[in-house]
Amino acid sequence: MTSPLDLADAHPGPAFTVTLDGRRIEALPGQTVAAALWTAGVASWRSTRGEGRPRGIFCGIGVCFDCLVTVNGRPNQRACLVPVAPDDVIRTQEGTGHDD
Amino acid sequence: MVGAACALYAARAGLDVIVVDRGPVAGGTTGAGEGNLLVSDKEPGPELDLALLSVRLWTELAQEHGESIEYEAKGGVVVATSPGSLTALERLAAEQRAAGVTAVPVAGDALYGLEPHLAPGLPGGVHYPQDSQVMPALAAARLLRASGARLFTGRTVTDVLRTPEGTVLGVRTDRGDIHAPALVNAAGTWGGDLAALAGTTLPVLPRRGYVLVTEPLPRMVRHKVYAADYVADVASDSAALQTSPVVEGTAAGPVLIGASRERVGFDRTFSLPALRALAAGATRLFPFLADVHAIRSYVGFRPYLPDHLPAIGPDPRVPGLFHACGHEGAGIGLSTGTGHLIAQVLTAKTPDLDLTPFSPDRFAEETA
Repeated sequence: MTSPLDLADAHPGPAFTVTLDGRRIEALPGQTVAAALWTAGVASWRSTRGEGRPRGIFCGIGVCFDCLVTVNGRPNQRACLVPVAPDDVIRTQEGTGHDD
Repeated sequence: MVGAACALYAARAGLDVIVVDRGPVAGGTTGAGEGNLLVSDKEPGPELDLALLSVRLWTELAQEHGESIEYEAKGGVVVATSPGSLTALERLAAEQRAAGVTAVPVAGDALYGLEPHLAPGLPGGVHYPQDSQVMPALAAARLLRASGARLFTGRTVTDVLRTPEGTVLGVRTDRGDIHAPALVNAAGTWGGDLAALAGTTLPVLPRRGYVLVTEPLPRMVRHKVYAADYVADVASDSAALQTSPVVEGTAAGPVLIGASRERVGFDRTFSLPALRALAAGATRLFPFLADVHAIRSYVGFRPYLPDHLPAIGPDPRVPGLFHACGHEGAGIGLSTGTGHLIAQVLTAKTPDLDLTPFSPDRFAEETA
């Protein structure tokens, strides 16, 4: 099967690791947090404030604020926009992300 | 919002009501506000009397519609930022108490019991339990639905139909004529344009304001909290940018940060200086906001009349024309009282408040 990397003729640098809730995940330079999570098979990383429903990527372009995630202790980052960096500590987020 | 409240009270008074709006419901200034129902920022006088009447009517409406319009009787806390401003604030509060406002002085320590996350070292403030809030777009929509009025949105009034003697017969719109013996001008910031279509004048001008919106937070700000300088800014006649921090949480979670005032016409351009000033002012009051994301802002135009009072009541120059506009930044709060008074004059009852200070022709000499 053709991978997205082949389709784009992309030759990213060497992979590095980040963690999602303590679990090690492999990511590529240039990926967003969302792309790294999708590549790892994770489609949802936040639960909504009211009813605790699962959320992940919706618009994918920074507009809808559905894909919010906690990165390196900072809540409410848009996973679709934030570039992933080596050793990032990514946490799934509940509610507002502010310990409510 | 004022139009929706006029529709509600006029329908309750037994009148057949048609609401015409060139945009959608809450598409103008209503949708650009914070939904404040305030007595705290008003000096004793006709506007405060209208605010007290309005707050009482909002309380009644809240019994039926409270949850659906996000009504919160949260109270306001006005904070002095210097000993001098505390003295001035307490003097204002004493005058407001004499006019029927509940205004409770709060010494330094007790302030932090009301608002634990305020910046340390503030000298004190005044607590106004009557201040409350609604979500304005929901409130306008719910009250319109509750009124049972026929609603024509997306329909522009292009002329006011009058007899040769000048009496109102109805309106011409881009989709046909509507005949009515009474016309209420609740066009807000655009009320001057409607008055002109009716062959008269009302000098309503836009006063721009931005609101900065944070990411949703747990309840960190419990009341509507603002610095005492805000009252002076509201009453000012300056055209230049003025900002004074006004901070409040919402039922949905985001914190709303105001308030800026500028007279720059209908310019909707994003203004970084205005939004920076809002953020800086709010962070001075609530330091925790420095680590919170602002996710968007919105802008609106307060309908401003030269003496900062709205125009409410019949226009003696045009029989059949009534005005209910020019409430500046207080239109959501003052809408209920305004709608109630308009319904009274529409049905030839004596209004609960003397409408002389709100007379629509009080500027006639200036604009002639």
